[in-house]
Amino acid sequence: MAKLAAVVGIGQTHYKTRRGDVSIAGLVREAAVNALEDAGLGWDDIEAVIIGKAPDMFEGVIMPEIYLTDALGCNGKPMLRVHTAGSVGGSTALVAASHVQSGMFKRVLTVTFEKQSESNAMWALSTPQPFSVHLNAGAGGYFAPIIREYMRRSGAPYDVGIKVAVKDRLHGARNPLAHLQLPEITMKEVEDSMMLWDPIRFLEACPSSDGACAMVICSEDLVAESPKPPAWIRGVAMRSEPTMYAGREEVSPQAGRDCAADVYRQAGITDPRRDLDCAEVYVPFSWYEPMWLENLGFAPEGEGWKLTMSGATSLDEGGDIPWNCSGGVLSSNPIGASGMIRFAEAARQVRGDAGAHQVEGARLALGHAYGGGAQFFAMWVVGADKP
Amino acid sequence: MTAMKEIAVVAFSQSDCLARAGAANEVELIMPQLRAVFGQVGLNNAQDVDFVCSGSCDYLQGAAFAFVAGVDALGAVPPIKESHVEMDAAWALYESILKIRMDQAESALIYGFAKASAGELPTVLSQQLDPYYLAPLWVDSVSLAAMQARLLIEKGLATEQAMAGVVARARKHAMVNPHAQVSGEVSIETLLAADTVVSPLRESDCAPVADGAAAMIICTVDKAREWGVPYAVISGIDHRIETHNLGMRDLTDSPSTRQAAAGAGVGRGAVEVAELCAPFSHQEIILTRALGLGDDTVINPSGGVMAGNLMMASGLARIGEVFRRIVSGDISRGVAHATSGPCLQHNLVAVLESA
Repeated sequence: MAKLAAVVGIGQTHYKTRRGDVSIAGLVREAAVNALEDAGLGWDDIEAVIIGKAPDMFEGVIMPEIYLTDALGCNGKPMLRVHTAGSVGGSTALVAASHVQSGMFKRVLTVTFEKQSESNAMWALSTPQPFSVHLNAGAGGYFAPIIREYMRRSGAPYDVGIKVAVKDRLHGARNPLAHLQLPEITMKEVEDSMMLWDPIRFLEACPSSDGACAMVICSEDLVAESPKPPAWIRGVAMRSEPTMYAGREEVSPQAGRDCAADVYRQAGITDPRRDLDCAEVYVPFSWYEPMWLENLGFAPEGEGWKLTMSGATSLDEGGDIPWNCSGGVLSSNPIGASGMIRFAEAARQVRGDAGAHQVEGARLALGHAYGGGAQFFAMWVVGADKP
Repeated sequence: MTAMKEIAVVAFSQSDCLARAGAANEVELIMPQLRAVFGQVGLNNAQDVDFVCSGSCDYLQGAAFAFVAGVDALGAVPPIKESHVEMDAAWALYESILKIRMDQAESALIYGFAKASAGELPTVLSQQLDPYYLAPLWVDSVSLAAMQARLLIEKGLATEQAMAGVVARARKHAMVNPHAQVSGEVSIETLLAADTVVSPLRESDCAPVADGAAAMIICTVDKAREWGVPYAVISGIDHRIETHNLGMRDLTDSPSTRQAAAGAGVGRGAVEVAELCAPFSHQEIILTRALGLGDDTVINPSGGVMAGNLMMASGLARIGEVFRRIVSGDISRGVAHATSGPCLQHNLVAVLESA
């Protein structure tokens, strides 16, 4: 049996287009210090550091852990660098948790970041490769046709994505750390924004952010040494599948469904909509909310959009299963950290520490991340109650 | 610490170390090594192990997400449990051990690969330095290593003669290594007769850069018995990093290696063989001292990375070389080492023993 582990400290930076006031080291340290303070701990209490980020080309620094060890108090300790594409923030949290769940470590710090303003992500994602089809369209261009296929199959009305874009920005307006602060946003404003990759409009896409997120994860016996309530890790899962293969279901990837089934089984969840109190799910383009509602089993196939349109996923509309109360990826997107922010925000909810975006009485929450061509998945379920 | 689940290494394979792998893509580099390790255990593909973890570096290929193409070599349909480190695959092994010890897997496939020939490696590696103060200077990895060698010589801890001795021995050992890129009998005098490239380093003091891949399968001891294959046990593994600030390090020593060696339990028994990831000859001298190895230890019987340096897989290959010698019955206990960063900044040490 895996050893019990819990999140006892969470730290984030403000998410912004450009954090020109700090270096990369300053950015990760800010999140790490915030996490240590939240956990009531110091650097000496940490046994290992697990760091993650999306491709090194996003900042132009190869294997940045080599340079960041000093900023993260890691000298003389083990340091591991995870990179699993867009899901990396989630995967990094899982690898950090495995340090404790394996029984090999008592308390670790995990940090993820992206400082997109240091480079150009569109360039980094578009370097031509020999023997490969050259896509010069960025992530939106890749996912737009898949969204169109979802719309065709489900018969969803055209404005589902617009609704998600508004809902997540209203959630983000409750979160002082969120990059986009748009408390007055309207459906019309989203609809009138420029079409980038049909059907994805400008306001239906995630921003490009600088930021970092950190967590302290510890073993059962050390939980009481931190002052705030822990978030117990109740289930962990990751799955991968190839970018392309004959018969691949791109709208609702098998890897996502398998990953969800695995994590639900560990956490004893049979009906995610009923059993979970909220979820932080990686939705970088608005339409991915209804698509993931189905992929993750919150709604039957073809009906995810109905949940969205009914307000079930909205905190402001009193929905029964609020999604992305922090504002989600649509409100803040430091790519390498975006997955971990989902995991950390799920933990904040069950710790009762989510401020103005708290779901009242949240006891069990899902954190989700995906990456690549929707082929890499990482998920965890955290709970207020010790399993 | 409570008793941990023992980890068995059951298969290992590496490619030939090639200066240029030509038009081969990631899948073509990885696939033969995967086939080889599956064959050693009698498995069909990645569906037959519980976890897969790889190590690679985007910048060597010049591609964001270089590892994504690697997934195509796995047969990941239906989807698999898979992860990746932007490090040498020795650290992918470390992550896999965590997965087994937390009971999420009984077996794991690990692989590392690189096509370092796509760029000029010493210059590319300059971009892993502090991006504000060091990287803009484009100090390449050979120059930094030369500075370290110079300090070592000035402190009286090494001589150019001794460094050439490391190279000559490595090349001699490599004569029995079918994957070696450089091997043969060469005298110390001949080596020293060559000009330095960055004083005091000669070209022969620097590991040749190779394209290629390596793969390994590990599992619980119970699983190894079930599969009925010979295995070696990883009795200890640890890794430590030290400060990036070169001015604050004693470059003539490797305290992180000492720490990792203590954590892995190197001193708990005789070390018959040590496979060290020393891409520069003088670094073998530093590592040998940091690990406390004496004359009774055979260092780099494969020739080490001086015989061929598979970027992102050389550390894993060191572990594989010790594994091969244990299951063949040549030795019963050995040490393997992997490194990352400039001048041995980050070091991993593993102890392998016969079952």
